[in-house]
Amino acid sequence: MFAYIIRRLAYAIPILIGVNILTFALFFVVNTPDDMARMQLGAKRVTPEAIEKWKLEHGYDRPLLFNSEAAGIERIASTIFFEKSVKLFALDFGNADDGRSIGHEIRTRMWASLALAIPVFLVGLAVHVTFALILAFFRGSYLDFWGVVVCVAMMSISSLFYIIGGQYLVSKLLALVPISGYAAGMDAWKFVILPVVIGVIHNIGSSTRWYRTVFLEEIFKDYVRTARAKGLSERVIMFRHVLKNGMIPILTGVVVVIPSLFLGSLVTESFFGIPGLGTYTIEAINSQDFGVVRSMVFLGSVLYIVGLIATDISYTLVDPRVRFD
Amino acid sequence: MPVMLWTDALVWFLMATVIVFILYARRREHLSAPWRRVLTSSAAMASAVTLGGFLCIGLIDSIHYRESLGAVKGDGKQAYAVEVLSGLDWMLSDLRKRQEKTYSAPFALHLFQKESLERPDGKIVRVYPRLHHAGKHLQDENELTGDIAWRFASGIVSGSAVAIALVMLGICWIARHAAAPYGAMLTAIMSGATQVRWRPAFLALWVLLIGVGLAASLAPHYHVLGTDKVGQDVLYQALKSIRTALVIGTITTLVTLPLGVLLGIAAGYFKGWIDDIITYVYTTINSIPSVLLIAASVLLMQGYIERNAELFQTTAERADIRLLLLCVILGLTSWTGLARLLRGESLKLRELEYIQAAHALGVTHLRTITRHILPNTMHIVLIALVMEFSSLVLAEAVLSYIGVGVDPTMISFGTMINTARLEMGREPMVWWSLSAAFSFMVILVLAANLFADAVRDAFDPRNAMGRVAAGGTKA
Repeated sequence: MFAYIIRRLAYAIPILIGVNILTFALFFVVNTPDDMARMQLGAKRVTPEAIEKWKLEHGYDRPLLFNSEAAGIERIASTIFFEKSVKLFALDFGNADDGRSIGHEIRTRMWASLALAIPVFLVGLAVHVTFALILAFFRGSYLDFWGVVVCVAMMSISSLFYIIGGQYLVSKLLALVPISGYAAGMDAWKFVILPVVIGVIHNIGSSTRWYRTVFLEEIFKDYVRTARAKGLSERVIMFRHVLKNGMIPILTGVVVVIPSLFLGSLVTESFFGIPGLGTYTIEAINSQDFGVVRSMVFLGSVLYIVGLIATDISYTLVDPRVRFD
Repeated sequence: MPVMLWTDALVWFLMATVIVFILYARRREHLSAPWRRVLTSSAAMASAVTLGGFLCIGLIDSIHYRESLGAVKGDGKQAYAVEVLSGLDWMLSDLRKRQEKTYSAPFALHLFQKESLERPDGKIVRVYPRLHHAGKHLQDENELTGDIAWRFASGIVSGSAVAIALVMLGICWIARHAAAPYGAMLTAIMSGATQVRWRPAFLALWVLLIGVGLAASLAPHYHVLGTDKVGQDVLYQALKSIRTALVIGTITTLVTLPLGVLLGIAAGYFKGWIDDIITYVYTTINSIPSVLLIAASVLLMQGYIERNAELFQTTAERADIRLLLLCVILGLTSWTGLARLLRGESLKLRELEYIQAAHALGVTHLRTITRHILPNTMHIVLIALVMEFSSLVLAEAVLSYIGVGVDPTMISFGTMINTARLEMGREPMVWWSLSAAFSFMVILVLAANLFADAVRDAFDPRNAMGRVAAGGTKA
C-alpha cells in the first residue's frame, strides 16, 4: 500500500504543475502586473511612477519568466514565476495585498471553516442516508413517490433561498440564534448551528435521491434474494446487508470532498459572517486581491488531489475485493 | 434600428438547430422513439409547456433594437437612442416606464417609507407619499380591495377563456391528426386515457394563461409584485431575468458540447498518448475548485472589459459581451464531466464487434467515430445537457452573489437577489423582490428538473431495462 500511495503522489505532481502553470497564465500573462497595479490603485490616470512603486512594494517588479539582468541561478529564481508560483509548491503563499501573510491567515481561519464544514458533512451524511434508506425500504409506495417528488422540489430551490429564509425565520422572527458572527472555542455552537442545519437541509434533495438510487440498485442483487430465501426479515436485510453494501459507493463517493472541507463554503460563511477561508476568499475576490485567490486555487487543487488518493485507498479499505495494483 | 447582440445571435442559432433537428428526427424512427416516450410522462408534458412559456418570453426578449430619435442631423443620418431595447421591453413599455421613487409593497398605493411633504398650507408633515402610477384610476382609496378583487376575477376568467379556446383548437388538431372523431378525442383526453399525456399539458397551459391573464388585468394599474429600490417594477425585472437565465443555461452548452464530445470520444477511442493527454488536461481543470476557477477567470475578463471600454458602443453591448464570456467561462470549466462520461463509454464501445468489423472493413477512424461511436453516445450527451441546465440557472444566482456573475446593469435573478439581500436588515422587511426572484427561479428550475428526469428515463437504455428487471418499480 505504501508503494501505491507513493506512486499516486508521483502522478499528482504533473497535475499540480499544470494547475500552477494555468493559474500563472491566467493571473500574470492575461493580466499583467501593470494592469493589476492600475486596478488596485483605482484611478484611470495613474502615473507610471505610482505603478512602479506598487509593483516594487508587492514584489511584482521582476520579469515574468526569465531575468536577463541577473546572473547564474538568479536568472530563473529572480522572476515572478519563481517567486509567486513555484514557491506555492512549498506551501509558501507570500503576502496578501494588505501586507499580511496568506499562510498565517489560512492557518488561523481554517478552524472556523472546519467548525462549520465537518458537522455539515457528518450530520448531512447520517440524515441523508437515513432518509434514503427509508425511501428504499418503502419503495414503490406513496411515501417513496412523494419523497422523491419532495427531493426534486428541494433540489430546484436556490441555496440562497435556504440561507436567506432560514436566517429570516430562525434568527429574526424567532430570535433563537444570532443572525451572524462567530466566537472561538465552545461558544461557537450558537453561531454554527443554524448554518449547519441549513447546509444539511439544502443537500437533502440531491443526496437523498442519489443514495436512494444506490440502495435500490443493491436491493435487486442476488445476495438480497438469497437472504430473503433463507427467511431473513426485510428489516435485517435492509440494515445488515443493503446498508453495508450500499455504503461502499456512497463512502467512496464522498471521501473526495473531505479534504476540501478545509476551504469552507463561500456563500454560507459570508452570509453568516463566519471568519473562515470562504469569507477570506470572497473578500479577496471583491477587493481583487489576486495573490489570495491564486493561493486558494492552488490549495484547493492540492486538497482535491489528496481527496482522489484517499478515495482510491478507501475503496480497498471498505471492499476487500479491490486490490492495489 | 435592429441590434443583433452576440447572445441573441447564438440563441436564435440554437433555436434553428433544434427546429432542424426536430424536422430531421420526425421521419426517423430511432431518433423520435425515445422522444415519444418522453411525451408519455405527465410531469414532462406539464413542465414542457411551462418551459415553453418561459422560452417564449426569453425569445421575445432576444430581439433587440434601438429606438429612433427621429431627429435628422446635418449629414442626414438618423439618430438613435443609446438605450438598447428588446421586444419584451416594447410589449411591457408601460411597466418599464412607470417608475416610482423607491420601494413599494405589492398592490400598495403608497411608498414604503415616509417622506417629508409640504402641505398647501405650508406645514411640513411626515407621510407615506402616494405612488405616481399605482391605482391612478381609483377615485377613493377605499375602493382598492374591491377593484383588485374585480380585476383578479376578470383576469382569471379571461385567462381561462383563452386557455379553453386554445385547448379546443389543440384537441381539434390532435383529433384530425389521429383521424378520430372530435368528441371521442375530447373524452379520451379529459379522462387522461391518451398515450401522449395531453391532460397535464393542457392543465399547465391553463395555469400559465391564468397567470398571464392576471398580469394583463392587474399589472397596468398596480405594481403587482411591488417596486425595488430605484422604484422599478419587480414583475418587469422578473420577466427580464428569464432571458438571462435561459441564455446562461443554453449557450454554455455551445462551449461544453464540442469540447466534451470531441475530447471525450477521442480519448476513449484512440487510447494511448492521446488518452493520456486529454485525461491529464481534464484532471487538472477538475482539480481546481470550480467556483474559484470561474471567479478568477471572471475577474480577469472584467479587468479586460474595463480596460477596453471603448470597444463597446452601448452599456447593453458591454453587458452582453460579459454575459457571453461568462457562458464561455462556465463552459470551459464544466466540459470535464461530459468528457469523462464519454471517454468511459467509447472505451467500452471500441471493443464491441461492430466497431471491430468496421476496422476490419477498412473504415477510417473519422467515419467510425461519426457513424458508429457518436450516435451510440448521443443519449449520454443529451442527458448530461438537460441535467446541466438547471444547475447553471442556480449557479448564476450564487455567482452574482459572490460578485463574479453577470454585469450589474443586466437584470438577472442573481442581481435581483443580490440587491434585495442588502435590505434584509430593514424593518419591516422588503420581501417582495426576493420572493419574486426565488419563485420565478423555482418554477423554471423545477420544470427543467422534471423534464430532464423524463428525458433521462426515456433515453437511458440501462434505466429502461433496469425497470423491467425490477418488476416495474417506479423510478
